[in-house]
Amino acid sequence: MNVLEINHLAVELPVEGALRRVLHDVTLSIGPGEAVGLVGESGAGKSMASRAVIRLLPAGAVVHGDIRYSGDSVLAMDRAALRHFRTHDVAMVFQDPRAHINPVRTIGDFLLEALLERGERRDDARAAVIALLAAVGVSEPERRLRQFPHELSGGLLQRVMIAAALAVSPTLLLADEPTTALDVTTQSDVMVILDARRRERGLAMLFVTHDLELAAAVCDRIAVLYAGFLVEDAPAGDLHRNLRHPYTAGLLASRPDPVAPRPRLAAIPGRPLSAFEVGAGCAFAPRCAFAVERCHLERPELRALDAGRVACHRAEELAGQLALSPTPGGGE
Amino acid sequence: MTDEPVLEVRELRKEYRVRTSRAEAVPAAGSALLGHAVTRRERAGVLVAVDDVSFSVSPGQSLAVVGESGSGKTTVARMVVGLERPTSGTIMVSGRERSWRHVSSRERRRRAREVQIVFQDPYSSLDPRMSVRASLDESLRLHFDWTRERRDERVAELLDQVGLDRRQANSLPKALSGGQRQRVAIARALASEPRVLICDEAVASLDVSIQAQILNLLSDIRDATGVSYLFISHDLAVVRQVSDAVLVMRRGRVIEAGPTASVLSEPSDAYTKQLLAAIPRPGWKPTLSGS
Repeated sequence: MNVLEINHLAVELPVEGALRRVLHDVTLSIGPGEAVGLVGESGAGKSMASRAVIRLLPAGAVVHGDIRYSGDSVLAMDRAALRHFRTHDVAMVFQDPRAHINPVRTIGDFLLEALLERGERRDDARAAVIALLAAVGVSEPERRLRQFPHELSGGLLQRVMIAAALAVSPTLLLADEPTTALDVTTQSDVMVILDARRRERGLAMLFVTHDLELAAAVCDRIAVLYAGFLVEDAPAGDLHRNLRHPYTAGLLASRPDPVAPRPRLAAIPGRPLSAFEVGAGCAFAPRCAFAVERCHLERPELRALDAGRVACHRAEELAGQLALSPTPGGGE
Repeated sequence: MTDEPVLEVRELRKEYRVRTSRAEAVPAAGSALLGHAVTRRERAGVLVAVDDVSFSVSPGQSLAVVGESGSGKTTVARMVVGLERPTSGTIMVSGRERSWRHVSSRERRRRAREVQIVFQDPYSSLDPRMSVRASLDESLRLHFDWTRERRDERVAELLDQVGLDRRQANSLPKALSGGQRQRVAIARALASEPRVLICDEAVASLDVSIQAQILNLLSDIRDATGVSYLFISHDLAVVRQVSDAVLVMRRGRVIEAGPTASVLSEPSDAYTKQLLAAIPRPGWKPTLSGS
């Protein structure tokens, strides 16, 4: 059974008295021990989708569709069940550890809280978090327990956050841009540790990021979001070999290469739309170099193609063309 | 144009006095906020943010200063533009040395016509109450003694150069996207016709697809105007795309310098290699940096 199943998830938020759609249609599943990268630009709804999984949405949010954890509907859980789900089954790592770790409590308090809450003995819990800190590459773990968040660098604090997530022995890890605020060398270190600990524990992961290459390096599958729609879901190894969606291809071509620069980047014209701005038809059509009339009129369904799924009317005809054809550059 | 460097920096040094002895624990977030890079403790109470940095930029050249947080790259930029006063060392612009004694407002304006800066955050670097057109016009009024017609003409030219349309020209910043705001910031910096444009992480907070547009735009502007760039960035891939020469900084010091193509294809310093190895790209896997 899949650890997580998301079916036609849509989310509306109240904005100035009216409901505004921030997520249109996301269908995605994660198997045991599988890592799925949820990739998109700002406003695509990737954080909203990951927060919906643990029902951590703003007040007044209206959720449509279905989210199942090991077969149980998350949306139908009562308070007690939801609390159990959040404290035992799923853990979350956020982008900014400084905003999510209480600044006036010690690292020890932060790490022990969840374990003590579950009724573990203090000595056992302490031994467990010391071992965990060592496992995520934090030096002098015993001393760290007495330190405060401001005494630790961003990279170290993010490792503390990962240790806290692992401490509850979850089955599913939600990582929302866990390395975006870090320097590249620190990002690399943190990803190595996260990846190793995740694999040895057989943890399933939803890895939310704007960085397609980073997701491809640490995930089994990549799901691409655009303006609240899941537009592609493909094996990570397939990403560069077999481009299926013009948006994914455009994202890959937009990123400069440190070793082999292009004389000119193949920029996608226009700006990424927010979910509430899209009209009928394919959300990417206004920026797509391959859009035809049908794309503007009819919304493409997410359908199986090769080893993945894609939401593009022209996916088959465009196969093999995407990497080669530069999209025309343009203004916003 | 001559071959004389438009910007020349010699033995630049910046020290900050700090109250605590725990200099290394100053959080990176706070230091980034101030634009200060404070990680290196030399003697008690003094942090050396920039230590013996020298470089020169020729007309039309693009020099990148690359490094991670705490490297001192932003402090270098702030000293060149005049927002920070160096502890020692010289900064020469167009062959003239910048002094930090009694700088009159007339002299400040003259300097602003030589060096301009575009900051990272397009949401906080524009006046929220000023339309794009008014913002550009203000800069022109400040720097040139032009008629209204001449200024309008120049505003239109600037808008065109950065790819903004008429409707956007009359908008307030809040009505614009991050990429559009960064275009406005670039247009405003170009308004005084500077010889050097400093881009301090100017594309770092933009979405990938927008980042590519802005990088292409910066390349077009350099071709069209012959302006020089001092490009401050943490991102080696971006640096490879926009610069001819590069300076790699770590803990306030320059650890490697040279033409971008050769430094990035055959880095000689271990730290440069580490930085390069840490960039996600096709076929990449994360490795422990060992730092």
